[in-house]
Amino acid sequence: MIRLFHEIVAFATWYNAVFLVEAGARTLLLSASGCLCGFLLGFLLAVLRHTVGRTLLPLRILGVLYTEVFRRIPFLVTLFLVFYAFQALNMDVPLFWIAVVSTCVIGTAYLSEVVRAGFAAVPRAEWDAATTMNFSLFQTLHHVVVPQAWRTIVPPAFAFFLSFIKDSALASQIGVVELAYAGKVFNNRGLPPSIAFGSVLLAYFVISYPLAKAGARVEGRLALSRAH
Amino acid sequence: MPYLELTDLSAAYGGKTVLAGVSLALERGEIASLIGPSGSGKSTLLRVLVGLLTPSAGCIRLDGKAVDIAHAGTVRELRNRFAIVFQQYNLFQNMTALRNVMIAPLKVKRWPREDCERDARRLLAQVGLGDKLHAYPDQLSGGQQQRVALARALALRPEVLLLDEVTSALDPELVTEVLDAIRVLAADGMTMLVVSHEMGFVREVSSQVVFMADGRSIEAGPPAQIFDAPSTQRARDFVGKIIRH
Amino acid sequence: MGYTPHFGQIARYLPYLCGGALISLLLAALAFFGGMVLGLLGAMAKTSGGPWLRRVAGAYVTFFTNTPALVQVYFIYFVLPDWGIVLSSFSAVLLGLTLNAGAYLTEVQRAGFLSVHRNEVEAAETLGMGRWQTVWYVIVPHIVRTLYPPLTGQFILITLGTSMGAVFGVEELTGRAFSVNADTFRSVEIFTVVGALYVVVTIAASLLLAAVGRGLFRARMGVFG
Repeated sequence: MIRLFHEIVAFATWYNAVFLVEAGARTLLLSASGCLCGFLLGFLLAVLRHTVGRTLLPLRILGVLYTEVFRRIPFLVTLFLVFYAFQALNMDVPLFWIAVVSTCVIGTAYLSEVVRAGFAAVPRAEWDAATTMNFSLFQTLHHVVVPQAWRTIVPPAFAFFLSFIKDSALASQIGVVELAYAGKVFNNRGLPPSIAFGSVLLAYFVISYPLAKAGARVEGRLALSRAH
Repeated sequence: MPYLELTDLSAAYGGKTVLAGVSLALERGEIASLIGPSGSGKSTLLRVLVGLLTPSAGCIRLDGKAVDIAHAGTVRELRNRFAIVFQQYNLFQNMTALRNVMIAPLKVKRWPREDCERDARRLLAQVGLGDKLHAYPDQLSGGQQQRVALARALALRPEVLLLDEVTSALDPELVTEVLDAIRVLAADGMTMLVVSHEMGFVREVSSQVVFMADGRSIEAGPPAQIFDAPSTQRARDFVGKIIRH
Repeated sequence: MGYTPHFGQIARYLPYLCGGALISLLLAALAFFGGMVLGLLGAMAKTSGGPWLRRVAGAYVTFFTNTPALVQVYFIYFVLPDWGIVLSSFSAVLLGLTLNAGAYLTEVQRAGFLSVHRNEVEAAETLGMGRWQTVWYVIVPHIVRTLYPPLTGQFILITLGTSMGAVFGVEELTGRAFSVNADTFRSVEIFTVVGALYVVVTIAASLLLAAVGRGLFRARMGVFG
């Protein structure tokens, strides 16, 4: 017990604290930018899948394939695929951005399904009414669908972001200096593993738990509020 | 030359034939009603006319000119002239009554905001909802929602109003208020194509009744002919059944 | 720019990689069943346990769902030896995945318990069913039917999660991909093939589980979407 106390005191240096905070910030930034990018592309993909008519049929089929495939590949494999793809193309991309692109690739697939479910929650009848009044697809989305669908979309989209804060730990494997990587660095520096990884677990918890609480509160409030 | 002329219009949905040859002619200012057993394709016909379903064969003529409904620009033009009111009102749940009526003139037609708002207020007052401008659909009764839907369709200043079983989803005591609103339009000389199960109303306002069965138009004529002396056996059976009720 | 992929060299590793896929599935199945047991205990503690039991189950779920599985396994793999517990990398990964799955499966099973409506139970009681009959004929089938689709979803997620084993040198599919990569350096091709294998394996698992679900208890489920 006393030994543990001494170890914690030895660990609690200004340098280690800054390193941990920076790594935590990188974890958050990586998840946030990857999910944001995934949300935007996923939204476009959901819109594409909602179109009708023959001209876009090949693209719609590609869209379905994309969502089905990339929701069935582990993030670690996607990471290495993207990593080596950039390498094969002789493109010198910073590791952080490789991780962001990988997150975006997976996020697009998952979040397009989330957005699609949101679209489906707006009655077909309202889409039809808008169509017969000559609303363009953009106008229908802007004035009718998104104002109603966002309540259905926000909770699972946020849950995906939360899950990615944890999944992004795998980015340490290509060398992104985020929280899990920080744990490995502490461990390699000869710190006791319990402190090296314990502090990192704690850091993840400190980031994830308040966000999860806030998410649950927002979800509860959305469920109670009216459609307008 | 009739204003709207349909010849042998056919359509399929999900591999199933839903229209198998509908012909009818409608003059300006006329009110034609479609009657027939459920599943006979009455509502489908209206959906074809507003481009929610593409016909597989047949011809639509407007003012004597053939309409190519497969062409996107033409469908837009058709929707500019026709406005539809649905059985389930289909109001936008995120908008007030006023906003529901204003939105298409404002955003699609890009008419000046003051004009749109003035028109919307006038139309809502006309259907007896002058005091519900800021109510949301879920705060209105079915009859009130359907009257908002009527005002919304009229706000686009259509040449033809298509009414798709507009009273079928309403509680019996709410039917009259909607029918009354339509009677006012009829008196104003609005051209209408009506699908309805309210036979008394159909007989009263229609200048022409079209009997449909199995996706085909079987017999057309003035209400007195169709209701009192139908010439086809199928129309006789159908009318006999509904009059006995 | 410009890169010509060569898949030919990978072909002879295909049986080796498929063997890895089987290890992935085995790891997933073990973690899933262990997680189901933990989850059942957790869900029972959370729905009908005393205040302390509830708190313990709550803390378990909160901790494991708010930290990454990877770091949980790091902790197990590097810290437990200090406390005298030495685990092989396979066991450490399996333990981590099981504890992690248990936390998520607690929540899934709890939701299933809560979905039993009071009036269903009352209806059974008015039919003269005894307590255990009600449980066996009404509650259990209801829970199994409601839980089956989300549980199959969890199984697929766990299968994808097993790829983390590669980090600790477990010879599952991703681990073997790393080995082949070190042999051949045809990285893009290998990870493409391995990605495709994951797609094939999870689709096969989804199809099989959906067929079983439909056959055994008329669960309404789609494989895709």
